[in-house]
Amino acid sequence: MTIYDIIFYLFAAITVVSAFFVVTTRNIVYSAYYLLFTFFGVAGIYVLLGADFIAVVQLVVYVGGILILLLFGVMLTNRITNVQIKTGTIKIVPAAVGVALFAGILSAALLKTNWKTINTEVPISTAHTLGLLLMQQYAVVFELLGILLLIALIGAASMARK
Amino acid sequence: MTQIGLNHFLFVSVVLFCLGIFGIITRKNAVMVLMGIELILNSANINFIAFAKYGNFGYQGQMMALFVIILAAAEAAIALAIVLNIYKTFSTVNVDEIDTLKD
Repeated sequence: MTIYDIIFYLFAAITVVSAFFVVTTRNIVYSAYYLLFTFFGVAGIYVLLGADFIAVVQLVVYVGGILILLLFGVMLTNRITNVQIKTGTIKIVPAAVGVALFAGILSAALLKTNWKTINTEVPISTAHTLGLLLMQQYAVVFELLGILLLIALIGAASMARK
Repeated sequence: MTQIGLNHFLFVSVVLFCLGIFGIITRKNAVMVLMGIELILNSANINFIAFAKYGNFGYQGQMMALFVIILAAAEAAIALAIVLNIYKTFSTVNVDEIDTLKD
């Protein structure tokens, strides 16, 4: 068992266990905090797959942006005075059975498939190549995404202010 | 114990995806439904990057994952604006109580 394997199992365990707590904890603020560990674990998995820039973007955008937005959503939509921050669940048993069946089918499918894998060597740093690609091959997509983010932010601000 | 390969990463992704689905269909709070969607987007990203490494697709998978993260940010902003409006209108964010359109 190499150090790579140990780190993989560590990050996979962090990701899966905290994701499990995200969907089962009754207190929604705790769920948001467990989501932080899930994002961290997924970022570690990205690093193991040789995507260091994506891992940093994951930490900056998800943990620094989306998680804060979600926490704002929690704080603004629960009456703080009569602490109603716990949320109910519906139809746990049929949902668990269905999701477990679905997971079994997906796992069986991916275990039975004979993937043609080529283990490409991990590059030292991907930021340089990704930056060049964004400015050359994917320049149009990059600009479109910039416009989309601007539209989304203006739309969100104007919708929330009404 | 076999060496860490594509299947291990895909399995983590399957578990994340199914937990996200579970969160979406069992939780009442709309913000929790959003968290489930974020879990599903993360599992899709793991797939993209795993196939980019083991499938010899160069950097296309990583670019796709980058775009997914950007779209997730836009989606979270819009969805929270909608949730705030729902809260102002119905003073609840439980998705099973917002059934005004139902007959």
